[in-house]
Amino acid sequence: MAAGAAAATWRSFFFFLPRPPLLPPRLSAACSRRSSSGAAAPKDKTPKRSTFRPAASSTHDWIGPPNPLSNLRPIVYHVPENESELEKRLRHLRQETEDWNHEFWTKQNLTFSKEKEAFIISQLQAKGLTLRDEDGRRRALNSEEMAKFYKSFLDKNRTRHANYNKEWYRRNFTITLLMARVALNSMWRTITERSSSKKNT
Amino acid sequence: MYKTPCSRLSGFVGVSVKQKLIQNVPRCNQTARSLIQLHKRDPSKWLTYQHLNFLKRQYVSKNSSELQQRAILKQTPVLTIVDERDDSVERQVERIPTIEAVPQPEDVTSKAQPEISTLKSKDVAAKKGSVSRVVATSEETPHIHVESNEAKQARLDRQWKELKVDVADLPDIYARLAKIKLTALVVTTAAAGYAMAPVPFDPIMFSVSLLGTGLASCAANSINQYFEVPFDSNMNRTKNRPLVRGQISPLHAVSFALACGVPGVALLTLAVNPLTGFLGALNIFLYTCCYTPLKRLSISNTWVGAVVGAIPPVMGWTAATGCLEPGALLLGGFLYSWQFPHFNALSWNLREDYSRGGYRMMSVTHPAMCRRVALRHSLGLIGLSALAPALDVTTWTFPVVSLPINLYISYLAFRFYRRGDRGSARKLFFCSLWHLPMLLLLALTCKNHSRKQEDATPVPLSLPAH
Repeated sequence: MAAGAAAATWRSFFFFLPRPPLLPPRLSAACSRRSSSGAAAPKDKTPKRSTFRPAASSTHDWIGPPNPLSNLRPIVYHVPENESELEKRLRHLRQETEDWNHEFWTKQNLTFSKEKEAFIISQLQAKGLTLRDEDGRRRALNSEEMAKFYKSFLDKNRTRHANYNKEWYRRNFTITLLMARVALNSMWRTITERSSSKKNT
Repeated sequence: MYKTPCSRLSGFVGVSVKQKLIQNVPRCNQTARSLIQLHKRDPSKWLTYQHLNFLKRQYVSKNSSELQQRAILKQTPVLTIVDERDDSVERQVERIPTIEAVPQPEDVTSKAQPEISTLKSKDVAAKKGSVSRVVATSEETPHIHVESNEAKQARLDRQWKELKVDVADLPDIYARLAKIKLTALVVTTAAAGYAMAPVPFDPIMFSVSLLGTGLASCAANSINQYFEVPFDSNMNRTKNRPLVRGQISPLHAVSFALACGVPGVALLTLAVNPLTGFLGALNIFLYTCCYTPLKRLSISNTWVGAVVGAIPPVMGWTAATGCLEPGALLLGGFLYSWQFPHFNALSWNLREDYSRGGYRMMSVTHPAMCRRVALRHSLGLIGLSALAPALDVTTWTFPVVSLPINLYISYLAFRFYRRGDRGSARKLFFCSLWHLPMLLLLALTCKNHSRKQEDATPVPLSLPAH
C-alpha cells in the first residue's frame, strides 16, 4: 500500500497534471461539461474545439490534432473531483492561454496568406501578367520578389510580434510555476494522507 | 504549416511534391540528419513516381464510374500528407474501409488521402493505404481548411491522445527534447578544443568535461524548446517536437532541463575547473535568455548565436589548460566565423516560414547583408587558418592544407553572394556541414606538438588532487 502510494506520488509529480492520486476521479459529467463549455465559446471564426469527449473513465487531459488555422493543438482538460483552488486557477489559465494563442496564430496565418495573395496579384499585374498562365497553372514569383513581401510583413507586424512575445513568456512562466505548485501540493497531500492513514492503522 | 487554398491547385502534383521534398531537404536543424537526407534524394524521386502512379490508378478507377467525381478528384489536392508521421498514418489505413462519406469540396488538414479513399471502391483501399504511408513519410505541408463534415470530425476525434507519459517513450522524448544530435556536435567541437590544447591528454578530464558540456547543452536545448512551443507548432521543421505534440508537460521539460543543467555545470565547475563551469553557465544563459528571445526581436540574434556556437571549443580548451589562451579564442573564432555561411545559407530557403512565424532573420529583413556576411566570414576562415601557426596552435602546414577547403567554401559563398538563389544557398549549406569537421580534423593533425615541451606550466586548477 505504501508502495502504491509512493508510486502514485511519483506518478503525480511526473505526469501531466497531477491528480489526487488515491481517488479514481469520475470524469464523464465534469469532462463533458468542460468540452461543451469549450465548444460553446467559439469566436466569430469556426469553433476551434471539436466536440471531442474523452472516455468516461479517463483520468488525464487529452490533446488533439493541430488546428487547421492556428496549427496549435487543443487540449481538453480533465477536471478532477477534488479540484483545489490552485488546480482550478491553473486549468483556467491554461485554457485561457490556449484560446489567446489560438486567436493570435489564426489571425497571423490568415493575414499572412491574404497579404501574400494580394502581393502576388499586385506584382503580377504590375508586370502585366495574368494570375494563371496558358496551362491554367498559377504563376509564382521568384524568391527575390517574394522576399520583399516577407520583409514588409515582418516590419509591419514588429510591435505586435514583440508584444505577443512578452505576453507569451509571461503566461508560460506563470503556468509552469502554477504547475510546480500544484505538483508540490499534491505530493504534500499524498504524504500527509499516507502518514495519517498509517497513524490510523 | 499554413497554406492558401489556391496554392494547392496545381495540376502537376508530382512536380510540386518533388519540389517540396527538395525544398524540405535543407530544412533540418541537425547536420547528421541533413547529410542522410542528402543521400536520400533519389528515393524521394521514387516517392514522386509512386505518387504519380497512384494518381493514375485513381483516374483509371474513376473513369468507369461517375465523371463528376473525377472532376472533383482533380481539384482535390493530393499533395497533402499527414503532419504527424506516426500514429495518424496507421489511423488513416484503418479508417479507409469504413468511411463512406460523400465527396467533399473542402479538405481537412493533411487528410486528402483518406478523403480520396472515400470516393473509391474498397479494392483500391489496400494500395491506397500503403501509398499513403509511403507518401506520408515525406515532409509535406498540411493544408488548412475548415472542417464541416461529420466523418472528418470523427476521424479527427480519433487522433486525440491522452496526455499520459509512457515511461517507455521517455528516452526518445528526452533525446528529442535535448536535440541530441546537435548536442553531439557541440560535444565534438568541445572535444576538438580539448584535443588542440597544448597539454598532456588526460582521458578522465576529457570525459568529464565532455559529459558536463553535453549536459549543459541538453539543458539549454530543452529550455529553448520550452520557450518556443507556439512558434515551433507553426513551422514545418519543428512541429514534431515533444512539447508541441504534448508528449510531456512544460513542467516536465523544465525539470529535465534543471536535472541536466545543474549537474552539468556543477560537474564542470567542481571536477574540471571553475572557468569551464562559468563558460558553460554563460553559454546556457546566452542561448536561452539572449538568443531565443532575440530571434523574434532583432537580427542580432545570429551574432549571439555564433558566439553560443563558439564557446564549446573554448570550454574544451579551458578544461584542458584551465586558462583562456589565444589558442582557445582562435578555435572559438573558427566556430564563430563558420556559423555565418552555415546559418545564412540555411535560413535563405526558410524565409517564408520565418516571416510567417515572426522570426527576424537577416535572410528575411536584410537579404543583401545576409549574403555579404556569409561571404565575409567564409573569407575570414582563411585568415583565421593563417593565424593558427602564428599563435602556435598548429604548424605552418595547416593553412596550406586547409586552403583548398577554405577556398571552396569561399567560392560557394561568393556564388551565393552573387546569385542569391535557392540552389546556391543549398550548396553552401551542405558544404558547411562537411567543411567544419574537415577543418577541425586538419587542425588536429597539424597540431603543434613541439609547444608541449616548451610549455612546462601545469595548471593546478585543471587537475584535482589525485
